[in-house]
Amino acid sequence: MILIAAGQLAQVLGWYAFGFENWRPTLYAYVLWAICLCWGQVLQHGEHGKRTLFVLPAALFVISLTVFPLLFGLIIAFSDWNLSSPTGRQFNDLDNVWQMWADPFYWNAMLNMVWYVLAILVEYAIAFGLALALNAEIRARKFFRVAFLLPLMLSPVAVSWMIGKSMLEPRFGPIARLGRLLGWDDPSFFGNPWIAKAAIMVMDAWTFIPFMMIMILAGLQAIPKELNEAAKVDGANGWRAFWEVTFPMMLPVSITAILIRIIFKLKLADIVINVTSGGPGGATDTVTSFIFREYRDRSNVGYGTLLAMVYLVVIVIVMTVLMKLADRFARPRT
Amino acid sequence: MTGPSMTTPDTQIFHDSPIDSAYRARWWAGRVAVYGLLILWAVICLFPVYWTLTTSFKMAPDVMKGHMVPWVDYSPAWLGWRSLGLSPDTLGDESTVRAEFLKRFSNSAVVSLASSVLAVVLGSLAAYGLSRFSYKFAWMRNADISFFFLSQLILPPVVLALPMLVLYKELALLDTRIGLILLYTLSVLPIVIWIMRDQFSSIPTELEEAALVDGLSIWGAFLTIILPIALPGMVAAFILSLVLTWNEYFFAALLTSTHANTLPVMVASQTGSQGISWWSMAALSWAAILPLIVIGVVLERYIIKGMAAGAVK
Repeated sequence: MILIAAGQLAQVLGWYAFGFENWRPTLYAYVLWAICLCWGQVLQHGEHGKRTLFVLPAALFVISLTVFPLLFGLIIAFSDWNLSSPTGRQFNDLDNVWQMWADPFYWNAMLNMVWYVLAILVEYAIAFGLALALNAEIRARKFFRVAFLLPLMLSPVAVSWMIGKSMLEPRFGPIARLGRLLGWDDPSFFGNPWIAKAAIMVMDAWTFIPFMMIMILAGLQAIPKELNEAAKVDGANGWRAFWEVTFPMMLPVSITAILIRIIFKLKLADIVINVTSGGPGGATDTVTSFIFREYRDRSNVGYGTLLAMVYLVVIVIVMTVLMKLADRFARPRT
Repeated sequence: MTGPSMTTPDTQIFHDSPIDSAYRARWWAGRVAVYGLLILWAVICLFPVYWTLTTSFKMAPDVMKGHMVPWVDYSPAWLGWRSLGLSPDTLGDESTVRAEFLKRFSNSAVVSLASSVLAVVLGSLAAYGLSRFSYKFAWMRNADISFFFLSQLILPPVVLALPMLVLYKELALLDTRIGLILLYTLSVLPIVIWIMRDQFSSIPTELEEAALVDGLSIWGAFLTIILPIALPGMVAAFILSLVLTWNEYFFAALLTSTHANTLPVMVASQTGSQGISWWSMAALSWAAILPLIVIGVVLERYIIKGMAAGAVK
């Protein structure tokens, strides 16, 4: 093992001497090293090493693709690095931080994320209703399941054209036509900040409601039938049976579904990039789409990375708090 | 019709009491509400797909007049598909757009298939190890290692994107399919591990113990006994990964430019440039989502299974 590490180090030093044109050999060296590490485990520890072999490849893979970039990201986050400028990377201390502090669009994007996350509650209510309907005794269940699942399968980019660009088109789109029919004179969806935000929310909800619905449906099907029957016998009507039996039973599943949904929501970008590119006036911007444009329009790698890092810290804090809360909340009440 | 006494209403024995009819009315109301909701939502789900398909056969006046139903209020034409080079009359000819489309399509297919296979292999191994053996790596135990894998799900892609961009530039992986495959594998790995852990923990350990007694090694038992049982879970994880990677846009938009860009990137780049030529955009979008619709209809069972895993513990 040590031999390989030493060999690798020599190789690293060698590159500077020989001057490879890129760092691709490092990658090969890493793969080689990983294979040797796995093999070494088996040779050194025998049976125990063979067990390690199950987890090791995945662990090495994940570490190489997240930990290295994250560390690397920490370095470039504190530098002024514009890929299109010839000067290359230069440290600029905390300049990026001050710039971020004074960047109204970034904080605006953060605030938008709060609104987007709050929309999950509405999505949850709709998904729950649909799951209840699917769980009822109905015909053509298979058809409805496939139909309901479909939005989740479609790529957000295609969805942003199909719905955002054509169906919501103010002149010829069918929804705009419907709006005009209902007496809305000027059905432009991406002019008014709040309507634009709502439109993005609706599109995202359209894609992801099936996901929550399926999780809730799985939860509903796991509830023993006897419980509802017992409630009926005790004289509870449908409404009360739902609130006193079904809903509390569904609490853990609901919380899992909502948490996962929040995680996905925090990554929301594709639709925003392709439909509004953040407009009007940043009203629909998400953090991800904002950083995407920061890179694409200004190739500002350093600043963009800092924004992303701050976002990561915020997400980790928020998710930790939410999980702690969920843990306390989901504990079954006896 | 056996006798007159049966047909006369006077002889009817069981009358609906008012309570019964109230109950029946409520039952019917419930039915109508449930089916009404289901049908309404099915329309909401299917209409955009229908709209896109029909729009790809429309001509400019049809788009502007808002015609909806083919053959009834407009006559379908191959306009959109001709611009893609995929209509019957242009299928034989050379078409640069079609070549472009097919190249993107094959990029998407290669990238999503390869990364899904890789993720399922790595993920299944890790999930199996974590569900069966206890590990100690420095201060990390099984629960910590699991959390390490699953926490990748929280990591927003944007955090990795820019460092990756620079890193890939140095590694000469920018605009290559390998680069995308690696990143996509990373992004679906937590989901695969999540599903497979659920799957493996539902298989009783006695099975391997019996196999070990019979003289199989750990890996032998895993490959010959456990894997076939866990196959449905693996298929579910594979399909889910396939869908997610096929649809991925963010990394593809950042990390590819001419050689390796995938179908979503092509769709997105056409969105801005084509103005109002809806028919060709509609055809392109529809061609991009067609594989997913097929997968969704055929393999719906596995997708639901995959997503429901872990929901119920």
